[in-house]
Amino acid sequence: MSIKKLSPEEALSLDKFGVDEGNPHIIVDKKICAKCTARPCLVVCPARLYREKDGEVNFEFAGCLECGTCRVMCSDGGITSWSYPRASFGVTFRCS
Amino acid sequence: MSDDKFDAIVVGAGPAGCACAYVLAKQGKSVLLLERGNSAGSKNVSGGRLYTYALELVEPGLYKRAPLQRKIVREQIMMLGENSATTIDYVDYGFGDEVPQSYSVIRALLDEWFAGEAEAQGATVGSGILVDDVVEENGKIVGIKAGDEEMRADVVVAADGVNSVLGRKAGLFPDVKGHAVGVGVKETIELPDDVISQRFALKKDEGVARVALGCTEGISGGAFMYTNQGSISLGIVFNPEQAAKHGRHIQEIFQDFKTHPAIMALLDGGTTTEYGAHLVPEMGYHGVHKRLHREGMLVVGDAAQFGINTGVIIRGMDLAIVSGLAAANAILQGTNTAEVGPLYMKQLEELLLLPNLRVYANFHNIFGISRMFKEYPKLANEALQFLFKVDGKVPEAMMKGMLRTVKSNVTFGQMAADAWKAYRSI
Repeated sequence: MSIKKLSPEEALSLDKFGVDEGNPHIIVDKKICAKCTARPCLVVCPARLYREKDGEVNFEFAGCLECGTCRVMCSDGGITSWSYPRASFGVTFRCS
Repeated sequence: MSDDKFDAIVVGAGPAGCACAYVLAKQGKSVLLLERGNSAGSKNVSGGRLYTYALELVEPGLYKRAPLQRKIVREQIMMLGENSATTIDYVDYGFGDEVPQSYSVIRALLDEWFAGEAEAQGATVGSGILVDDVVEENGKIVGIKAGDEEMRADVVVAADGVNSVLGRKAGLFPDVKGHAVGVGVKETIELPDDVISQRFALKKDEGVARVALGCTEGISGGAFMYTNQGSISLGIVFNPEQAAKHGRHIQEIFQDFKTHPAIMALLDGGTTTEYGAHLVPEMGYHGVHKRLHREGMLVVGDAAQFGINTGVIIRGMDLAIVSGLAAANAILQGTNTAEVGPLYMKQLEELLLLPNLRVYANFHNIFGISRMFKEYPKLANEALQFLFKVDGKVPEAMMKGMLRTVKSNVTFGQMAADAWKAYRSI
C-alpha cells in the first residue's frame, strides 16, 4: 500500500478494537439531539462516529478513539453519559 | 489487593503516573499504579516528542534505558500554500550538550517501559483496570473504586489524563471546555529507517520535528511531524470550536494535508499503520485547573491541564513527568495527608513547572490571530514565488510586486493589529 487519502472507516480499520457489544460507553439521547442545531459532534469526532441521517443524529460507539472531544463539545447535552469503555475493551494503540 | 492499604494509589500509567510511582517506589513507599489499558501506553496518543530534562530530573541517566526513537537535531517550521510550501530548517547538533535535548517517542513503547521501571522499583502495577470513582470519608479522599473493588491509600494521585474523570468525581474542577483544548488526529506511517534518514538528511539516530501552518483551512491549529525509528508521526491539532463552526470534517482536512504534494514527497512509499486521536490542553498557564489537590488527592499531568504551546515548542509529556515527580516529593515530605497538597504546589514551583508556564502565560492568545492559519502562510509562499519566478516576461518592479502580493492577502491595518496582538501575547 502507498500513501493515499483514507476515509474514517479505512483509518479505523487499521486500529485494534475490542467491542463491548450491547454496552456502549457513551450514551446519546436522540430526542435531545433532534433539537440541537449546532451539532458539533458531526464535525469534531475524529472517528466520525456521529452521522446525520434523515435529520437524525446517529452514533456508533465501536471505533471510538476515546479522546473525549464529543463530550467536551456537545452543546445541547445530547450526550447524557460519557465514560471510558470497561477494562479490556475499546481501542488498543500499538505504535502511536 | 483490596485488603491492603497503600501509601499511594496512582491512577493512570502515562508519563506523569509512571514518574510518580517510580520515585515513590524507589523511596520504599507502597504504591499501586493502575492503568485502564491492557498495557501502559495502549490507550495513549501524543504527537511524539519528549524533552529529556524531565527524565533526568527523575533520575540522571534514566533516559538511556528508555525506548526513545530519534534524538531531535532538526527543527522545522513549514508554511503551506495550495501547491507550494516554505520550510525553515534549523539544524543544531549541539542541542542539549551531553544529554540530547529531546527525542521522538512512541507512547505504546515509552509508557510500557516506564511502568515496567516503576514495577522494578517495587510498585504494584495493575493493567486493564478502569477506575470509576474515588472513595471519600470525612471529607478526605481515602481510596478508589474500580468495578466492585475498593482500594485504599493515604494519597490518590489522579494521573488519568486530559479528561480526568477522577478529578471531576472528587469535585476538584468542572469538565474542560472546548476553547481550552485542541483535538489532535494522527497517523503513524511506516517507512524504512534508512529512507527516513536519507529523506530528512539525518544520521541513523537523529530525528526531525516539524510544525506546519496553513493546513487547517483557516481553523486555529497546526500540523506536526516527527521521525521515529521506522515510522513517521503525522498529525494536526485543531481548535474544536472553530472546527465545528467551519463545518468540514477534521479527519478529511487532515487527509488533504497528508496528501499535499510537499508532504507526500516525504511520505512516499510509506504505509499508514495506525490512526489515533487525543485532546490536548491548549491554554497554558491560564488553562491549569485552579484546584489541583484536596486532602488525600493530587492531580498531575494532563489531568491538571499542564501544557505549553508556543507555536514551535509543544510540551506536555515533560511537564507530566515533572508534575509526577513533584507529587512524589510532596508525598515523601509530608508527615500527614493534610500537608501533602500544599507541599505539592510548592514542589511545582521549586521544580520550575509553574514558573515555566508563567513565562508563556499569554501565548495562547497568538492562536487568536486567525490570519496566521491561512493568509500569512499563503502570503509567505506567494512572496517567495514572486522572488523566484522567471518566465522571460518583464518582471514587476520588486517593491511594487511585493506590495501587491501583501495587499492581495492582508491590509496593512490587519497586519498592524496582528503584530500588536502578537506583541501583547508574548
